[in-house]
Amino acid sequence: MNIFETVRDIIADQLDVEKDVITPETSFEEDLEADSLDVFQVISEIEDELDIVIETDDNISTVKELVDFIENQEQ
Amino acid sequence: METTLTELLNIEYPIIQGAMAWISDADLAAAVSNAGGLGVIGTGGDTAELVKEKVEDMSSKTDKAFAVNLYLLNPHIDEVVDYLIKESGVKIVTTGAGNPGKYMERLKEADIKVIPVVASVALAKRMERIGADAVIAEGMEAGGHIGRSTTMALLPQIVDAVSCPVIAAGGFGDGRSLAAALMLGSSGVQVGTRFAVAHESNAHDNFKEAIIKANDISTTVTGTITGHPVRVLRNQLTKDYLALEKELTGSDDPDLNLLEELGAGSLRRAVVDGDSKTGSLMAGQIAGLINQRQSCEEIIQDYVKGAHKSIQQVCELYN
Repeated sequence: MNIFETVRDIIADQLDVEKDVITPETSFEEDLEADSLDVFQVISEIEDELDIVIETDDNISTVKELVDFIENQEQ
Repeated sequence: METTLTELLNIEYPIIQGAMAWISDADLAAAVSNAGGLGVIGTGGDTAELVKEKVEDMSSKTDKAFAVNLYLLNPHIDEVVDYLIKESGVKIVTTGAGNPGKYMERLKEADIKVIPVVASVALAKRMERIGADAVIAEGMEAGGHIGRSTTMALLPQIVDAVSCPVIAAGGFGDGRSLAAALMLGSSGVQVGTRFAVAHESNAHDNFKEAIIKANDISTTVTGTITGHPVRVLRNQLTKDYLALEKELTGSDDPDLNLLEELGAGSLRRAVVDGDSKTGSLMAGQIAGLINQRQSCEEIIQDYVKGAHKSIQQVCELYN
């Protein structure tokens, strides 16, 4: 699975939404009605799943931003 | 009363005064510190210049330990952090309304203790990982900006998740709840509403009176739709605000500016001008328990003696 798919599956699970509504352009706040606590929860789960540490204090507003951030960090 | 918190902060009693907008000035904070707790100066939307005045005022009123709170939605926050690190001599910082990660490294490098308020286990773990000296686990019983969980549910989960000291906040109105906080594994409590009505609090008399008259169901939560829910006493403002929120909730593209306009200046109106009808009266659910004005010294002694009595009474059940 690529990073987007891993992130997508975790978001679907944590925020109780269908996988197919999640695209890179999906906005956490506007499309998924997620607040900052939800985003932290998702990040926490991704860290456990991928066994990485995601050091971000930037406001991540879309799925793409999160995926890009993770991909940049892994390099 | 010694706990890991009193040791960490060099204070006599494990009681921190919450940072409350327009209320937590040097008068109140110094009275708390002088009475053996940790006084905390609120900085709201302050510029660095204003924070400097407050810190100097504080230093002239107490030589005991105190903290400055960073309100993370402050538009001037970067200059405030610069001041705290470079000039202030402040040794303890609490943070609220957000994630202080961006500032943690610099604050720690300046040998400042950082204690963030957290509203979830994930946030608590992250804060400890990036260097927080302790965390304040604040439940939604609290006044002002709140998370989603109750103190009762949140506190033990955070205690289990981190190894740094945990301070409990939200609903702590007397010694019984301090005892309960210790039972649940925390090292102390943060108290807001009860200090808001202290003699040394400069809040308007109408504001204090509204808290004293409040009962257990007098508060409500506004602003859920904005992602920044806030607990306040019910009044004309909350009626109008909640009605508007309800209207906006149905729409696909809610104009949150309307809510913003309704709320603008309402905090100051309540605390400074004493407008208890259309001002925003931030207070916790525990307001119903608080029915007298006292000095900070009396308040802290009441917590400590009350906790002791409470613990003794429960111990007797096991004899």
